[in-house]
Amino acid sequence: MLNFIARRCATGLLMLVALSVLIFILLRLAPGDPIDAYINPSVPMSTSDLETLRDRLGLDQPLPLQYLAWLLAAATGDFGYSIQRSGVLVLPLVMERIGPTALLMGAGLVIAIIVGIATGIYSAVRRNAWPDIAMSVLSFVGISSPAFLTALLGLYFFSVLLRWAPSGGMQTAGAPFSAADVLAHLILPACLLSIGHAALIMRYMRASLLEVLNQDYVRTARAKGVREFWVIIKHATRNALLPVITLIGSTIGIAVGGAIFLESVFNWPGMGLLLVNAVGTRDYPVIMGATLVIGACVILVNILTDVAYAFVDPRIQVS
Amino acid sequence: MTVAGINTAEPVHKTKGPLRRALDRFFENRAARAGLIILVPVLIAVSTYHLWWPYGPNAIDLKAMNKGPSAAHWLGSDGVGRDVFARLMQGGRISMLVAVCSVAISTVIGFFVGAASSFGGRVVDATAMRFVDLAMTLPPVIFLLVLASIAGTGIAPTILVISLLSWPVLSRMIRARLMELRERDFVIAARGMGAGLPHLLFRHGLPNTIDILVVYATLQIANAILLEAGLSFLGLGIAPPEASWGNMLNLARSTVVLEQYPWQWMFPGAALVLTVLAINFVGDGFRDAFDPRSDLN
Repeated sequence: MLNFIARRCATGLLMLVALSVLIFILLRLAPGDPIDAYINPSVPMSTSDLETLRDRLGLDQPLPLQYLAWLLAAATGDFGYSIQRSGVLVLPLVMERIGPTALLMGAGLVIAIIVGIATGIYSAVRRNAWPDIAMSVLSFVGISSPAFLTALLGLYFFSVLLRWAPSGGMQTAGAPFSAADVLAHLILPACLLSIGHAALIMRYMRASLLEVLNQDYVRTARAKGVREFWVIIKHATRNALLPVITLIGSTIGIAVGGAIFLESVFNWPGMGLLLVNAVGTRDYPVIMGATLVIGACVILVNILTDVAYAFVDPRIQVS
Repeated sequence: MTVAGINTAEPVHKTKGPLRRALDRFFENRAARAGLIILVPVLIAVSTYHLWWPYGPNAIDLKAMNKGPSAAHWLGSDGVGRDVFARLMQGGRISMLVAVCSVAISTVIGFFVGAASSFGGRVVDATAMRFVDLAMTLPPVIFLLVLASIAGTGIAPTILVISLLSWPVLSRMIRARLMELRERDFVIAARGMGAGLPHLLFRHGLPNTIDILVVYATLQIANAILLEAGLSFLGLGIAPPEASWGNMLNLARSTVVLEQYPWQWMFPGAALVLTVLAINFVGDGFRDAFDPRSDLN
């Protein structure tokens, strides 16, 4: 097990390095002098200071060495300054956005998992009854409709027409912090974020459970006189959950994409909004920092689901 | 005598070719037919609207600003008095153009990377596939945003960004198929007779991967439409005044438009979902039709 975790972590680290190389090359292709990123605009700088900085960042050296210098700086947490917000360091700017995004995505995922698995089980058990067909159609629409459209429709119906939920932000402006207030702001975007994911999980859960229900051990359990409810929950669902766990891990990237759109529709102060604004204003240091942090988080979640999968299904470690 | 004569004269009716059978299967699929029934009128309307619709996408009617649907403007008009229906059609044209071009480019890239991976030796294969791993693990939207920040807005940059993003999955499928093909007797025979790489790729590789390419390209067009709409929605893809479904939806980011002029964003949204659904149905139909096992079901 330890061996497996170590190997998985090593590939994760390699991927992170590869990602940083990729982002580095891409952003060096972008117009502008890269040194701009490391100048604090609110502090005046002499030409000799500028040369020292250029030297330290290795900007007069070939690209691979530049990359190493940038990587060393980044490893110590120095991503430079935001170009658009004068004097603001990139790292704290990115770090303070992790919390809200994690909250939104976490809530969305929990809702998606609960709803997806429950409806998936129901659909598989009552196969081809009308609720199953209705849910299959709904899940197809859910997978096909883009996050920004569901976000807009949700905002329009629940905030504008029905006035059930606040229309954006994470807290009421000017009000003191309260958990209930954040929850009220959270619930609508989290539910909307979960739609696509819940639809996907439902389809996988249904297919996987249908397969398991045909297995011999399920028939054996029924023959022994186990109540149908327990056959489904204990014997079938536990085994049908395995592929669903991998699905959740491997689609986390899609969830991040959805979160970006939801954050920009609901003005949720997370990583996605930061990244979109940075791209809009060509704030390259922030783009780089945010991309790396998001990439690292996605890779970490992937490792965690792989490890979780290995715990649940011991067969996986052999291969 | 006569029986034998008939048999030799018309063997065509006895056995249909694989392509013909695939097409038959496609048209027997109800969802695929429904997809076509939606898609064909949409395509016709989008490509011919300038012949029968009185307004242009950027023509301004100052007497109709932010007016709801009416007999003159079927889907209403927007904040500067442009006809929403005309913009919807023009937006569809742009969306389709971006989608088709980017899918064409990414299909070519995907095919060649897959080919290089399966014929190019171990090192090329390992590098390419690790890169594909990376691209598949990370959120596509992130790459989309980074690329868009460099490429800028407009039709050509958007096509470039989307096509650079979409090939990894295809290249992996092509690689798997070509790897399998490489070991087949007819390919080994062709090699033994001295066939070069172009012959192997285009005479044997291409016809045997055409099913993957067609299915991928169809489904990817739906995906590309969504990517374009997403980018334009964030203000990074097609820039106004050019219309696209995404940047029409972008109008709804202003609270006033969202609340008071829903026709300005609901129609492009509906067109987007309907088109994407239809293309997905058609793509799924192709996939089932090309799968020879589907005859058994």
